[in-house]
Amino acid sequence: MAQDDHSSAEIAAADSSHAAHDSAVSPGTAVITADTFENPGFPPHRPRVTDEDPKREKRAQRTVYTLFYLSILGSVWAIAAYMLFPMESNNVGDVRLNNMFIGLGATLALFGIGFGAVHWAKSIMTDVELADERHPIGGSPETQAAAAKVFADADRESGFTRRAAIRNSLIGALLVFPLPAVVLFRGFAPQDQIPVELLSHTMWKKGTRLALDPSGTPIKAADVTIGSAFHVIPEGLTELEHGRLEEKAKAAVLLMRLNPEELNELPDRESWSYEGIVAYSKICTHVGCPVALYEQHTHHLLCPCHQSQFDVANHCEVIFGPAKRPLPQLPIAVDDEGYLIAQSDFTEPVGPSFWERH
Amino acid sequence: MTRSKRRAGRRHPLATAALLALGLVFTGGAYAALSTGTVAQAEVDPNSQQTIEEGKKLFQANCATCHGLEAQGTDNGPSLIGVGAASVDFQVGTGRMPMQMQGPQAQQKPVQFTDEQVKQLAYFVASLGPGPEIPSDHLVNGGGDAANGAELFRINCAMCHNVAGAGGALTEGKFAPPLTDVSGVHIYEAMVTGPQNMPVFNDLNISPEDKRDVITYLKYVQDNRSPGGFELGSLGPVAEGLFIWIFGLGAIVAITVWITAKSN
Repeated sequence: MAQDDHSSAEIAAADSSHAAHDSAVSPGTAVITADTFENPGFPPHRPRVTDEDPKREKRAQRTVYTLFYLSILGSVWAIAAYMLFPMESNNVGDVRLNNMFIGLGATLALFGIGFGAVHWAKSIMTDVELADERHPIGGSPETQAAAAKVFADADRESGFTRRAAIRNSLIGALLVFPLPAVVLFRGFAPQDQIPVELLSHTMWKKGTRLALDPSGTPIKAADVTIGSAFHVIPEGLTELEHGRLEEKAKAAVLLMRLNPEELNELPDRESWSYEGIVAYSKICTHVGCPVALYEQHTHHLLCPCHQSQFDVANHCEVIFGPAKRPLPQLPIAVDDEGYLIAQSDFTEPVGPSFWERH
Repeated sequence: MTRSKRRAGRRHPLATAALLALGLVFTGGAYAALSTGTVAQAEVDPNSQQTIEEGKKLFQANCATCHGLEAQGTDNGPSLIGVGAASVDFQVGTGRMPMQMQGPQAQQKPVQFTDEQVKQLAYFVASLGPGPEIPSDHLVNGGGDAANGAELFRINCAMCHNVAGAGGALTEGKFAPPLTDVSGVHIYEAMVTGPQNMPVFNDLNISPEDKRDVITYLKYVQDNRSPGGFELGSLGPVAEGLFIWIFGLGAIVAITVWITAKSN
C-alpha cells in the first residue's frame, strides 16, 4: 500500500482513505481489525516533591554536590592509596591491599559523578514532558536528484561502467589482497612438517620407557600396585630442548593397574597390557582436555570439561558424554630390567577430531 | 553495722551471678584437667597383645557384620587383610567407617570411636597382614617444600580435588571431598591407601618426602588466604561466573531501574 518513500502525512492520508473505502464495501466474512488508535497524549504532569517543597529541593541540591565532593575525595584517596599501600615488597598481600584501596577510591570517584549526575537530572532539572516529532527520513526530491546526479557524473567522468577492463582488474586486486594474510597464518604451524602428520604421531615409539610426570623417573611394572594411577610422560621428554609442551600435550598418558579379572580386553589388544596394567592417552577425544579423574573401583575415567566418561575396564569405551571415540590405548610391555616400555606409538591419532580425522 | 553490711553483701543482686561464675569456673577447670588426662592416655602400643585383643573385640562388635568375623570380607564389604593400619586410621578416624549405609561412597560423619579405640582397631587390622603404616609425625607436620608439593598436587590430585583443594564432583553421585580441613595424617593415609574410589599413590609413585611436600602445600593453602579477595569457595569459573551473573547484572538492573524511574 504505502510506499517507503511516502512521508508520514501521506501514510496517514492513505490509511484514512483506505478505511473509508472499506466501510463502503461489505467486508463479507473477512474480519477487519481496526489497528489504528487514538493518541492518548501525555499523562497529566505530576510535580515532584522537589518542585513543591523548597526544603526538599535544597536537600536534593545538597545531596548532588555532596556526591560530587565525594567523587573528588575518592580520586584523592586513590592517589593517596597508591602511595600509602605500595607494592614494594614481594608479598602478595601488598598487591591485594594496593588493588583494593586504589579500587575503592576509583569506584567512589566514578560512582560519585554518576549518581550525582543522575540524581541532579531526576530531582532538580526541569521534568516537563515534551514530544520530539520525527521528521521524514528521505531527503527532498531535489536533494535526492542532486545525489543521483553526483553518482552519474562520477561514473561518466571516471568511466567506471564504460571502462570494464579497469573496473574488473580493480575488483580482482581487491579480492586477492587478503590472500597473503591467509598464507601468513600457515606460518603459525611448523614449517617443515605436515600438520596432519604432527597430529597423528606422538613421541612414543618402540622401546620408549614410561616415566613419571614431572620427574621423568622410569617406572617399573612392579611399582604399579593394583588401584594405582600414574601420570606418565615418555622418557626423554624432560630433556627436550624445545617443543617440550607440544610433545607433552600429545604424549601424556595415564597408567592404571586393575585386577586382571576385571579387565575386558579386545581380542586384538590382549598383548597391549601387562598383568592388568593399562596405559591410555590422557587427551580427551572430544576437545582435548586432560582426562584424569580416575575412580579405582568403578574404573570410570571422567573428563572434567564436558563430563565424558570412559570405562577403563572396557577398553575405555565412552559410557557418557559428548566424546565420540574411546581414548587411544598405548601398547605396553616390560623390558629386561623390569621397566615399562611402549611397544609402539599410539595406533591412532590422540585427542580431538581434525579435518582429516572424524 | 558489720552484720547488716554482710547481710547486704549476701543479698546483693550480683551475688547469684558471682556464685554461678565461680561454680562454672570450677567445673570447667575440672573438666579440662580430666579431658587432657584422657588425651594423654591415647598412646597405644602397636605391638602389645592387649592392644590387639581390644582391637579385635571392637572389630567384632562394630565391623564384622560387613567385613566378616576374621576380616576376610563378605558380599557387603571387602576383605581387610593387608589393608594396613593407615587404612583403618583413615576410614575410622575420619568417621567414614563404620558406614551408615551402602551408597556411592562412604560419607564423612562424626567419629564414632575415641582416638585410643581407633588406634586399637588399626593395630588389630595391621596384625592380620602387612600393609601401609600410620605415618610418622615428621612426614605430616607440613615442614616440606610447598612449591614442589604444589606441582605434584597439580599433576596427581588437582583434577579431582580442585587446584585449591576445594573438592569436586565425580561420576554417579561420588565426589572428591574438599581438603581444606583434613589433618596431615589423614591426607597422607589417603594417598597411601586410596580410600573409596581414590586411586592409590604408593611410595614408588609419590615418595614419602614428596607426600610430605604435598601436605605442606595443602597446609600452605589452608593458612594463606587468597590474595585475590573473595574466594567464593575456590570452585573456579562456574561459581565465579554465577556470582557476577547474579550480583553484577543484578546491580546493573537495579541502577537501570533507578535511572529510568520517575522521581517522586
